[in-house]
This record gives sequence, C-alpha cells and structure tokens, in this order.
Amino acid sequence: MAPRIARLRPIARWETGLVLLAAFVLIFGTSTAPEFLTSRNFFYMSLNVGEVAIMALPMALIVISGEIDLSVASTLGMCSALLGFLWIRGWPMPAVLVVVLAAGAMAGLFNAVLITRFGLPSLAVTIGTLTLYRGVALILLGPNSVSSFPVTYTNVGILPFPGTDMPYSIVIFVVLAILVGITLHVTPIGRAIFAIGLNKEAAAFSGIRVTRIKTVLYVLSGMLSALAGILFTFRLATSISNNGTGLELDVVAVVLFAGVSIFGGTGTIVGIVLAIFTFAAMQNALLLANFNERAAGIVTGSLLLASVLVPTAVSYLSRLRRGLSGPTGLPSAEQPMTEPGASANEEPRAGLESATARDRPVWRANQPGTANGG
Amino acid sequence: MVTAPRQSPVVVSNAARLSDIVSRTRELGIVAVLVLLVVVTGVVQPNFLRLNNIQFVLLDTTMIALLALGETVVVVSRNVDLSIGSVVGLSAFLSANLFGHVAGIPIPLVFAAGLGIGIACGAANGLVVSVGRVPSLVVTLASLYIFRGLDILIVGGGQVVAFSLPTSFRAIGEATVLGIPDLAIAAAIVVAAGAYFLRSFRSGRELYAIGSNPDAARLAGIPVARRTFMAFVASGAIAGVTGVIWAIRYGTIDSTAGTGIELQVIAAVVVGGVAIFGGSGSAVGAALGALLLTSIASALQVLGISPFWVQAIAGFLLIAAITLDRGISLRLTTTLRKGNYRGGA
Repeated sequence: MAPRIARLRPIARWETGLVLLAAFVLIFGTSTAPEFLTSRNFFYMSLNVGEVAIMALPMALIVISGEIDLSVASTLGMCSALLGFLWIRGWPMPAVLVVVLAAGAMAGLFNAVLITRFGLPSLAVTIGTLTLYRGVALILLGPNSVSSFPVTYTNVGILPFPGTDMPYSIVIFVVLAILVGITLHVTPIGRAIFAIGLNKEAAAFSGIRVTRIKTVLYVLSGMLSALAGILFTFRLATSISNNGTGLELDVVAVVLFAGVSIFGGTGTIVGIVLAIFTFAAMQNALLLANFNERAAGIVTGSLLLASVLVPTAVSYLSRLRRGLSGPTGLPSAEQPMTEPGASANEEPRAGLESATARDRPVWRANQPGTANGG
Repeated sequence: MVTAPRQSPVVVSNAARLSDIVSRTRELGIVAVLVLLVVVTGVVQPNFLRLNNIQFVLLDTTMIALLALGETVVVVSRNVDLSIGSVVGLSAFLSANLFGHVAGIPIPLVFAAGLGIGIACGAANGLVVSVGRVPSLVVTLASLYIFRGLDILIVGGGQVVAFSLPTSFRAIGEATVLGIPDLAIAAAIVVAAGAYFLRSFRSGRELYAIGSNPDAARLAGIPVARRTFMAFVASGAIAGVTGVIWAIRYGTIDSTAGTGIELQVIAAVVVGGVAIFGGSGSAVGAALGALLLTSIASALQVLGISPFWVQAIAGFLLIAAITLDRGISLRLTTTLRKGNYRGGA
C-alpha cells in the first residue's frame, strides 16, 4: 500500500498548485471585468466547456491506463452529424438519441478492438479514427447543416438545469465526475486502471483483465463523446459535419493540466474538476479582457506545455539537490540502484518522468515483440 | 527492449536485410496500387489522365510529400511533429505578407524568410523535446495551438489576397518542364536527397537507432538530444518552405491556412510504411504514400464520387496500413526468432 499513499502526496501538491492558479485567475478575471464574478457569467463560462468537461473524464481514465484517445472530437462530430441526418429523415427524437449514443459506443468499440485485439498503438489508431469518423460525418451531411430541431431540445443546450444555476452539460459532468471519481479512487476497477498504466504486463500477470478494462474505457469514451455531441448540437442548434473540430486538443490539454501523467499510472478526478474550472475561467477572463477569442489556443498550449515541463523541472531540481546527476547523467539503469525505495516513496511522479520513462513514448508497450512476447 | 541482448550479430544483419525487403515490398506495393488506380480510373474516366489533372495531382502531392519528408525524419526517431500545419500557416502568411511591406523584395528572400520561420518553430519544438525531455506528442500538440494562436494574433481578421502577390511569384506554381510542374520536380529532388541522407549518412542512421531503442542509442554514444533537436529543426524548416509553396499555390492566405494538414501528412507517412513507433521506414515510401492519397482524392473527384468521401477513405487507409504493419512486424519477429534458434546462439 505504500506506493498508493506515496502516489497521493505529489498529486496533492499538484492540486494545490491548481487551486492557487484558479484563485489567481479569479482575481485576474475580477480585476479586468466587474461582470466576471456574476452567476450569469459563470453560467455562460461553464456552458462553453461542458462538452470538453464530459469528454475529459473518460480521457483521464484512458490516459491513466497508459493509452490515449484522439478521436473524441471526431466522434462528437460524427454523432452530431448523425443526429441531424436522422432527424431530417423524420425519426422521432428519442429514437435518434438512442441510435446516436449507440453509434458513439460502436465508435469506441472499434478503437478498442484495434488497440486491444490487434495490439496496435492507440496513438496511431485514434489518429486514424479521428480522420475516419470526421470523414463519416462529412459523408452523412456533406456541406449541409441541419438546424430544424424542436425548441424543447435546443433549450437543453442553452438553459439551466431545472432548480439549479448550472447548464445541463455541467450537471451531467458533476454527476459523472462523482461516479467516475468513486470508481477510480475506491474500487478495485480503479486500482486496476492505475496498475495497467504503471505496468501493463505486470497487471495482466496479476490477473487484471487488461483487454476487458481497456475495451470498457474506450466504449465509455465513445459513448460520452456521443453525449457531448448531442449537447453540442443542441447548444448551437446546428448539426454540421465540422462540429467540435479540434476539441480533442482541449480535452487532452485539460487532462494533462489536471496532473494526469502522459505516461499513465497517475492522476485524480479532483484534478480534472479543478483543471476544467481553471481552464474555463481562464478562457472567460481572456475573453472579457478583449483577447482575440480564436487565439486563446496560445493559453491552452502554454498550459499544456507547463503541465509537462513543471514536473520534469521539479524532478530535475530535486535530483540536483540530492547530488545526483541531472538528466544528462546515466539513463534508466542507474535509477533503481541509487534511489532504492526513495524514489518510490518520495517522488514517484518525478520518478516516473525521470530517465526511464520520459524518453518512452506512450505507445512503447506496443512494440512488436514485447506485447505478444509469449 | 527485453529481447535485445539475445540477438547475435548474425541475426541483426538478418534483421536489417529482412526489414529492408519489407520496406521495399511496401514501396512496390504502393506503386502497384497506384498503377492499378491510375489505369482503372483512366479507363473509366479518361479525363483523369489529362495533363491538367496530372499536374494538379502532382502539385497537391508536392506539399504533402515535402511535409512527409520532415515528418519521416521525426517519426523514425520515435517522435511526432503535430505542429507542422500551424507552421505552414504562419510561414505562408508572414512570407507572402513581405510583398506588401517590402516593395520589390526578391523571391529567394521570401523563401529564406519562410525557411527561417520554420527553423525557429522547429528549434522551439526541438529544444523543449530534447532539453525539457517532454514527450513530443504533448510538446507539438501544445505548439500546434501556440503557433496557430500567434498566426491568428498576427493575421487578425485580415488576409493576403492573390492579386497583391507579384505575378512572377504566382508563376512559379505554373512553370513546368516537359509538362511536369517545377515545384514537383524540386520536391522530388529534396525528397530524394532526404531519403539518401536518412539511408546513408551516419547521422541519418543514428535517427533510426534512436527510434529503435533510445536507451541503447544513448549508451552506444549517439548524441540523442542533439539528433532529436535537429530532426525537429529539419521538420520545421521543411514546413516553413512548404508555407511559401502554399502561398504560391493558393494565393489567398488567412489565419486558417494549413489547418489540419498534419493529419494528411501523418496518414501519408504511415501509409508509406514509416512505423509510427519509430525505427523504420523511408522518405521515398512516405512520398509515395502522399502521392497515393492525393491520387485517390483526385480519382474520386473525377469519377464523380462526392469529395466528402475522401477523408473517410484516408482514415480507413491509415488504419489498414497500421494493421498491415503490425501483421508484418509480428511475422518478422517470428521469422527472426526462428533464425535465432537455427543460428544456435
């Protein structure tokens, strides 16, 4: 159990950082625009990130398990296109919604089959399905858009959830975050996900059903992307093939910003919630400060960069402090010998990103000959 | 990673030969598919083989094939550069905009400006990846955002329009030798040079070594950080020059120029047989992959199939290619293992 306790320590520090940053953004926002701290502004702020927030939850689980899913935004777009496609063909809305959710689940299953059954690298597979699913959206709608949705449904996209000040998407996100958080942090399934991310082979040998868990995660990701697609379509009251293009970058940025390691094995759902809040507040503050909205990517990109550079810098500094050689020193082999236990107890996060792990791409485990070694 | 120490020198040379055969088979395979595509489409719809259309396809291929060369250099070293689309956009606008600001600026200087912008962007990527030791996927995802954001801030709502560019500049895109566009010939020469460098130069081979096993490469004395840095600089430089070609080709440039082109390039690279986890693949294969993808797009258009199918087909091909690679590499590993037993270690 020692590693688990140890794992929480540096993450707690990461989340402290997020809280401080969020506070800073709040102060910045309030000082630039008096309307920043109003419930009306918070409503629109959260409305804008609702879909990203929902997709960030399964993405966090997938990244923790050592994989990635870059196809989420294309799944969103495909499902949005399907929604419009079926609606103008006279399908009743409840049936359309069921089919759209099922289509999202199938999209996730297709990813999962390619990754788990064929042993393909998830990065390559989901870059492929990113193109493929967006292509399906184009086939479904071509250059057309559908916006004849009934007001009852489009209201779901823009009005608060009855009895609250929050949009539907955020209420759904909060409920899902609680469910996913409990699953990840207090159930055997959650521990299995961490174990897979830390060492897939060891997890498989200790009886964890790696294939099944990964399949479930990708199906969940596909289905929640479909849900995000439905909300996105209703929010804009438009179904068009390029809906949500590029949102996968936002989702990945938020997940890494939340302190989930790109190498897998670490991360918390609390971090995701904090990261979503900070991300939304930051974009909103910039908007109110009259920063070009379309250029807000600079901030997202810098956040993404900072969230991977900071842990590396911290590990470098702490290694310097202990008089160990810096990153220029001997690679991996030295690590376990000079820091027996110490690295596992005191800075596992840093340990993960030190020499062994940081030169290792996320798809390392899928090299020919290692995955199917037996 | 686990099996490395077991391999005897004999097996290694076996491996080199086998993977050489495999990569050559891949290139031949693409050529075969390409020939089949051209013949079938040409028979069904002779318009496909009109000089006009062929020139069009070659010009489209030029940009993707050049970018694919840069991407190949990065991917064989087990990295990836997702920022090239943004670099193309930034370079296309800034270099074409020079004509508006500096009257009578010589065209080579515009190319140099594009190159410089590309090198600067590539160096930024390379620096963070090699010194910061951060996975390139994350770094270039971030710089995709950042470079595009800079582009948007610089361009604002404006754009460079075609008639503001000198005719001599636009004419570069229309110049041909024996019916083949000059730009395509230049790209072919650059790709050939790049392929030769990767294949026969020490630093080129070292990129493959890094991609096969970074730890082993470092222990073998290969300057991993420097090589990785240079790979990103090369990719950025090529993207910068491609930006100028973009300006020549399209004339009108706003802040969305080049958006999403990285996916087409990665598709071309992977379809062309470059392993996405590094260590194998050739620049010629990547260029052929680019030619195949643009030919398919053109064939669909000529055959009257909705252009909206192109993207789905590209995605399908990409997945088919990685599935095929996986099958081949599994078979290769099995063959090598057998060879190992026979060699009696």
